[in-house]
Amino acid sequence: MRKVCIAAGTVLALAAGPAMGQQKTVKIGFISTFTGPPAAIGNDMKNSFELGLDHHGRKLGGLPVEVIYADDQTKPEVGVQKTQELIESNHVDFVVGYIWSNVLLASVKPLVDSKTMTVVTNAGASQFAGELCSPYAFSTSWQNDQTPAAVGLYMNQKGVKSAFLIGPNYAAGKDMLAGVQQTFKGQIVGQELTRWPDQLDFSAELSKARAAKPDAIFAFYPGGAGVQFVTQYVQAGLKGQIPLYTAFTVDDLSLPRLKDLAVGIPGAQEWVNDLPNLTNQKFVADYRAKYNASPSFYGAQTYDAVGLIDSAVTAVKGDLSNKEGMRKEMEKANFKSVRGNFKFGNNHIPIQNFYLQDAVKNSDSSYSLHTVATIVKDDQDRFHDRCSMK
Amino acid sequence: MLYFFEQFLNGIQLGMLLFLLAAGLTLIFGIMDLVNLAHGSLYMLGAYFAASFAEWTDSFLLGAILALAATALVGMVLEVVAMRRLYGRNHLDHVLGTFGLLLFFNELVRLIWGPAGMTLSLPPEMLNAIEVVPGLFYPLYRLVIIAVTLAVAVLIYFLIMRTRLGMLIRAGASNREMVGALGVNIKLLYTLVFGLGAALAGFAGLMQAPILTVQIGMGENILIAAFVVVTIGGIGSIRGAFVASLLVGLADTVGRAFVPDLLRAFLSESASSSLGRALSSMTIYLVMALVLIVRPEGLFPAASK
Repeated sequence: MRKVCIAAGTVLALAAGPAMGQQKTVKIGFISTFTGPPAAIGNDMKNSFELGLDHHGRKLGGLPVEVIYADDQTKPEVGVQKTQELIESNHVDFVVGYIWSNVLLASVKPLVDSKTMTVVTNAGASQFAGELCSPYAFSTSWQNDQTPAAVGLYMNQKGVKSAFLIGPNYAAGKDMLAGVQQTFKGQIVGQELTRWPDQLDFSAELSKARAAKPDAIFAFYPGGAGVQFVTQYVQAGLKGQIPLYTAFTVDDLSLPRLKDLAVGIPGAQEWVNDLPNLTNQKFVADYRAKYNASPSFYGAQTYDAVGLIDSAVTAVKGDLSNKEGMRKEMEKANFKSVRGNFKFGNNHIPIQNFYLQDAVKNSDSSYSLHTVATIVKDDQDRFHDRCSMK
Repeated sequence: MLYFFEQFLNGIQLGMLLFLLAAGLTLIFGIMDLVNLAHGSLYMLGAYFAASFAEWTDSFLLGAILALAATALVGMVLEVVAMRRLYGRNHLDHVLGTFGLLLFFNELVRLIWGPAGMTLSLPPEMLNAIEVVPGLFYPLYRLVIIAVTLAVAVLIYFLIMRTRLGMLIRAGASNREMVGALGVNIKLLYTLVFGLGAALAGFAGLMQAPILTVQIGMGENILIAAFVVVTIGGIGSIRGAFVASLLVGLADTVGRAFVPDLLRAFLSESASSSLGRALSSMTIYLVMALVLIVRPEGLFPAASK
């Protein structure tokens, strides 16, 4: 009888062992915007993240996942508060997200001080790539300057001799206008930074652009503002007169609203929905099937965060306290990215290709973005020297 | 010179839009003594209605007309259901109550139309700039806004000053009890005024929708400018609202178009660009402060107040 009891006890203990282990979860805090017009971006990121989790069987590195979604309301002061809450009250293992550069900059300090593993999936503030870089912070997007710099290269190719630059007056807007000037060889005949985020009428600025008589206009207006800017540009009759080159202005979220207005307006991007790799094809097809819409680059970058975290947790065999181990694994970028494989620079910003994309009308009168050409291969941001990590 | 004229037109166009919004606001504020923060929600509803109806009927004009009627109807229902409870209370209650309505409408719109926003497309022939004077191209649709709003302004003026309904509205503003005692249904009158104000806000929203697109919370920022207009113009005065709208529209455009360049002549590049941007976003408030110093009641204080 005693033997039976011991045997039963042993069996129970053995059974309980793995069960106890399973209670360990990967806790992920997800910061994005879920209110106001930019909620369209936040939802796309959330959808992509959820799809990524589905594709991993809702487990990362073998551990079940718990995600806490937090809304930054597009405001830096709210973003930093939510970040602190996730770190201090919820004790998350990873913080993922950030659309806006100014929200990220406000939130960097608590993230770095607490050595929280961070995967930024959009915001690319130059300071974050440079002096504020951290061993535990990674980006699956880019540094702000890179995309407009690619646009600048394309403008050179097209023989543009003079340009008028316009964007919103916040951290990313300033980076973008600086970025295009890094590569564009022509003359800058004017530049405008408009009030952000509340100025949506650009009549005075478009009049200025017309009066400056440039060969081209370069614009950066993310989210809904992109729809407004392009609409007003077309209404001003400028589309046939002064070509528009864009960064983050025409995307898969704005295209269904812009329709014909966006056709023929070029932009640069590190990811386009038709990139011909298997991971991407699966991502795009499943996203369309599940959500009945096309994913945007915001979503694609966020989907990649799932793969990156999975690789890290797998490498440390679920020991989430081993941050050094996770960091070392993440630096290898050892996962299948929707943009094809890439490497991380010393500052944990991807070194990657940038493509020329164009908006086209399909035969079934839907609209979509297409890759036209590769503008630049394996591009590294220009702030990596300022990062103290080598 | 042509550039200057083009910026002048931009200022007028912005002013016209502000007038549509401020006219309704000042009517309700002046006649019913009600501070209505939900006015911006009616502006938003006008735009959403227009976008939906235009999609449904496949016609911009039909969509606009239906939207106008729908917004007026919503306004009247809102007056009967909610606003009536607020009359006679102090202004803080008005602000709290109507702010609640503003949040309610934002959520309602999100439930019905989703968070992504909509687009009200212009007919293709409107998508162009025409040569106003030789060498000056101006977006046709913005010219249409100027013309239509001027017509509406004349219409409102005629309605208030030359019709029996207008007479009752003016009488109700100066002495509510007396008008009631004379056998006029003052409750119905207020409902009509609120409906008119709502229609004007909705009209502003649908006119602006093709330019600024349709999204949740679109009425909130512009409502601040509309309150500035009402304050400058004198509370309750349509004429004041008209003059103040033009003033504010021009001040804002001049601030954006010329102030940074002007400063560049005196200051270094970086100092002038940051100061210029700060100054240009506060021009309308500077104008308001100046007007209030000289005329604390606004430019055209309503006679009764």
